[in-house]
Amino acid sequence: MRIVVPIKQVPETAAVRMDEATGTMIREGVEAIINPLDLYAIELAIRLREGSGGEVVAISMGPPKAMTALREAIAMGVDRAVLISDKAFAGCDTWATSYVLAAAMGKLGGADLILCGERATDGDTGQVGPGIASFLDLPVASYVSKVDSVSGNTLVLHRLIEEGYEVLEVDLPAVLTVVKEVADPRLPTLRGKQKARAADVPTWTLKDLGLDPKKVGLEGSPTRVVKIFRPQVARHCRKVQALDDAAIGAAADELVAFLKEKQLL
Amino acid sequence: MGHSGVWVLAEQFDGHVQRISYELLTRGLDLAAKRKAKLMAVLFGERFDEGELQELIDRGADEVLAVAAPELAHFLVEPYGRCLLELIRKNQPQIIIAGATSTGRTLMPYVAIRANAGLTADCTVLDIEPETGNLLQTRPAIGGNIMATIKTPNHRPQMATVRPRSTKPAPVQAGRQGKITRWQPPKELLGSRIRRRQFIANTEKHGLAEADTVVTVGRGIKKAENLKIVTPLVAALDAALGATRDVVDRGWLSYPHQVGLSGKTVSPKLYVALGVSGSIQHLAGMQSSETIVAVNSDPDAQIFKVADFGIVGSLFDVVPAVVKKLEEAKG
Repeated sequence: MRIVVPIKQVPETAAVRMDEATGTMIREGVEAIINPLDLYAIELAIRLREGSGGEVVAISMGPPKAMTALREAIAMGVDRAVLISDKAFAGCDTWATSYVLAAAMGKLGGADLILCGERATDGDTGQVGPGIASFLDLPVASYVSKVDSVSGNTLVLHRLIEEGYEVLEVDLPAVLTVVKEVADPRLPTLRGKQKARAADVPTWTLKDLGLDPKKVGLEGSPTRVVKIFRPQVARHCRKVQALDDAAIGAAADELVAFLKEKQLL
Repeated sequence: MGHSGVWVLAEQFDGHVQRISYELLTRGLDLAAKRKAKLMAVLFGERFDEGELQELIDRGADEVLAVAAPELAHFLVEPYGRCLLELIRKNQPQIIIAGATSTGRTLMPYVAIRANAGLTADCTVLDIEPETGNLLQTRPAIGGNIMATIKTPNHRPQMATVRPRSTKPAPVQAGRQGKITRWQPPKELLGSRIRRRQFIANTEKHGLAEADTVVTVGRGIKKAENLKIVTPLVAALDAALGATRDVVDRGWLSYPHQVGLSGKTVSPKLYVALGVSGSIQHLAGMQSSETIVAVNSDPDAQIFKVADFGIVGSLFDVVPAVVKKLEEAKG
């Protein structure tokens, strides 16, 4: 079984700063990490390989430095990795990104299973997993919280929805997007790190993938960012101290009055 | 181009129309009025309650398109996707909005690719650009650190998913007239390589996403046994119980309770944070709540920066006192 995990390198969210003039992220001085939600997909992929054999391939579309994220994935236990990188890809929205990643699946010789994180912590869209499935005409199960069994060409899994869990039977090949509950990601091992350093990670460009330049980058992206702004923090916190018995009672009274005034009771 | 209607993708669960559908009608009414367009609610399912179809009209739809087949009883991406694509091809809507729910966030990207359409995720503000008539889609990104406004200038339909609870449900207006259209899709659209075998319902009365009130515990709760201190408050406020990542990682509550970047995004009317420090990871999942109350013993905790009302004190003292006052207030 070939399992492909598309991952994204993202800025450590806690450290993000914005250039308000250009509406872009200031990436300098911010640590770049594997999208934390992709780690669950990597972990599940490695576990499924441990169970049923085969190989796990990580791919990432991004600037050359996304190579670091791919080597980290190898250090965790991924067998090999491919970087998808070309200046022409800059400005791709989720439509164009899905198009490029779907093409990369084709060049890899196809996948039995494509495992994605639920969404990336920078873009927050969660649209690329279903997008890849749509381009490749594969079924997609999103918000997968558990893989119960793999037998032949069928997976049985749990999908987390608002009202509970669906138990689904999915024919392979398929795309899954996974939530945190699916597995605890392992840490890279020393041996893994050595392997990652030595690994040959090829870079595939627009030309390597045989893609139509009109369908990538800004030109290939239906959406346009018109404006970026900081959310207004309009809240003003009414803070009361409750450090002794009298103050605790008074604070509780004041809170209940506040909730009544806001018609929340 | 002749693209006409504004569509909202209504949702049903177990055959019953869900609240998100009415929130989408609130959005749709505004957009349709600004575009002088017809507002249509599209609903997929096995069978429908006629009263509930009429209610979609009473709450603002000019037309309800009820798409019925046994294969559509529950959300499955392939049959839902093919049917929606067929409807788009036949009717050429200018705008389609859906809930940013487990259904909407799966179906919409699947369909947008094949419809060659632009799609914006998890919007909290929708508007029409007066000069061009384009849909302006505003959404939080990068963990809520920024807001981005996005448009789709040259592709139709313009598609967006909308954050649940980011607006009020459209009210019922008695005597509204509208049309109910029914469509039984042909079998060739209904095949699925995914089969739903079973459903395991939440044991809690309501999930985080639908709750009007959420009470969340953070590391300040100290251990799982202490959760019983907050149970009466959760009951008194008829709330859903949330947890920070710390609490879930320690195994005190299960993952479906987790609010934040790697858990759920919620925007209830009232959010009560107990012993929650307010990491960026957590704030990303709750700062769009209408009213935020925080209890924390650290007066400098970040959570107070996004709170409307804060109590500096131990949750072990404050929570029982508040429960007592709530009971007195209820009489």
